[in-house]
Amino acid sequence: MTIEIRDVSKRYGSFQALQNINLEIPKGELVALLGPSGSGKTTLLRMIAGLESIEEGIISFDGKDLTNTHVNQRDVGFVFQHYALFKHMTVFDNIAFGLNVRKKKLRPKKAEIEKKVYELLDLVKLSGFAKRYPSQLSGGQRQRVALARALAVEPQILLLDEPFGALDAKVRKELRRWLRKLHNEMHVTSVFVTHDQEEALDVADRIVIMNEGKIEQIGTPSEVYDSPKSPFVYDFLGDVNLFHGRLDQGKLKVGSVELNVPEYQNISDKEAVGYVRPHHMKIDRQKQSDDAIAAKVFFCHSIGPVWYVELKRENMDEYVEVELTKEEYEQLNLSVGEFVYVRPKEMKVFIPEDFVI
Amino acid sequence: MTTDLVRQEVKPTDGIKHAKKEVNWTKYILISLMFLYLVVFLLIPLVFIFVKAFEKGAEVYFAAITEPDALSAIKLTILVAIISVPLNVVFGIAAAWLITKFQFKGKQILLSLIELPFAVSPVIAGLVLVLFFGPRGVLGPFLNEIGLKIIFSVPGIIIATMFVTLPFVARELIPVMQAQGKTEEEAAISLGANGWQMFLRVTLPSIKWGLLYGMILCNARAIGEFGAVSVVSGHIRGETNTMPLHVEILYNEYQFSAAFAVASLMSLLALVTLLIKTWIEWRTEKH
Repeated sequence: MTIEIRDVSKRYGSFQALQNINLEIPKGELVALLGPSGSGKTTLLRMIAGLESIEEGIISFDGKDLTNTHVNQRDVGFVFQHYALFKHMTVFDNIAFGLNVRKKKLRPKKAEIEKKVYELLDLVKLSGFAKRYPSQLSGGQRQRVALARALAVEPQILLLDEPFGALDAKVRKELRRWLRKLHNEMHVTSVFVTHDQEEALDVADRIVIMNEGKIEQIGTPSEVYDSPKSPFVYDFLGDVNLFHGRLDQGKLKVGSVELNVPEYQNISDKEAVGYVRPHHMKIDRQKQSDDAIAAKVFFCHSIGPVWYVELKRENMDEYVEVELTKEEYEQLNLSVGEFVYVRPKEMKVFIPEDFVI
Repeated sequence: MTTDLVRQEVKPTDGIKHAKKEVNWTKYILISLMFLYLVVFLLIPLVFIFVKAFEKGAEVYFAAITEPDALSAIKLTILVAIISVPLNVVFGIAAAWLITKFQFKGKQILLSLIELPFAVSPVIAGLVLVLFFGPRGVLGPFLNEIGLKIIFSVPGIIIATMFVTLPFVARELIPVMQAQGKTEEEAAISLGANGWQMFLRVTLPSIKWGLLYGMILCNARAIGEFGAVSVVSGHIRGETNTMPLHVEILYNEYQFSAAFAVASLMSLLALVTLLIKTWIEWRTEKH
């Protein structure tokens, strides 16, 4: 089912939770709503589900306006952040709930419900757990029960609110992969909310990046990561080094250093900020070109195969972070306190007038 | 210098030992005091009720509780409880639901209003009802015209009991429902349940112990209420006397054994209630 969101706004008292949201989610896609807390992503998800009222704008599924359709008529499966399993029911009864509450005419026979529940338990790899209560399950197992429960009613749309938020790193990664696989098999249009960029980049077909009730950018993971449209997106999707300077005829002047910015040839003397990812920085012992920035090695540490080198810029109270592979780091053989030159291999420049940082 | 150091070293450990001892003493003193207090003020009077009731033998005892006026008082008391407890349950659930699941202006005022019967003396509550429904009250002439008698009859007693017991169920449910939040209910709705199914299958099971606890407290109060009921009842023997009122009448007529016999029956009810309450607490703790 295609979800269409047109000019949707939401206000809580004086707080503008969502502002003019326009978004189309094509049938069968897995879309991530990504943003910091308070960005309105969960509100938007709940509005699609019908758990929040829509006062401004239209939400339609396959061209059918659902603005005034009640949640229980929308045919959506909603997976809650903390699972919201029915504590007093067994796993079996939890999953069967959506089928058991159907009107008599539409309700499957008892044997059919049972078959369906066991199929779903199989799907979420919890076959032996039918008689357990939610309190007897681990976080990851509860999450999968919640998913099976939502899938039992065969929803046209699957909505997940921070589906892996409360799980530990390893389980989270596993479940993430598993959700992706499940989605590839079932092709249910799915939307999930997350504040974890890695999760969004890893799982989603498309990412909708939200900030302060507005959509900042929509695109595939590589689109949003490689060509962020705004400083916010750049900042939110990973670590970043900022170089404040003046933009003049294709050059960003940062102190005594001139960095090349060919895409801004026609702009003269404007304040601008250069954004460089740590892995787009290079460290040299010798000054090799005009765009090399002098800095002192301040701190080095590694996480697995990646080395992070923190450097303090010469005569300035600004720090630069550089990400190196283990080989690169070993080749350089850096020592703390040493003076070197750092050089951006790739940079994106934003002019603050266009964007409020 | 050296002696100073030694002293400093000794002092803290000494202090800790001392503190430990003190804590234990406090604990035991408090425990004994509490037991003494409870025995003197609760247990002895309770035992005394039964002793007094059986003072003149079992025959007198059974005669006292099977005498027509006593039976009528027992029946009326049960009737009052049967009507007021379910009404209170409905009101309590509705009020707790409203307060915990919705945001609205005046919520705090509503909360205070629900607790008003706790603050107001039952006698005053009874008087208010008399002023309102009584023959010379605001609604008196109108009620007289349509032939409905509220004060000095059973409806008045029920209304008075409902007033006094109003907060019990709501007060028990509000914290329980607050702690549960509303995501389970939202989950039920998103799975296609209608409001009624959501209530019966999700809300009610999760609040059942709190609800039962509230009902028991409400029931105990409904059976035992004296002040408010005394004002509106009119003390018509065999008609508008509840058990507590009946006990008072017997006592005032120097029929001590009979008074204590009926009182022992009420105490028995209270003990059973207490047992059920303890059982519920034990169950909820286990879950």
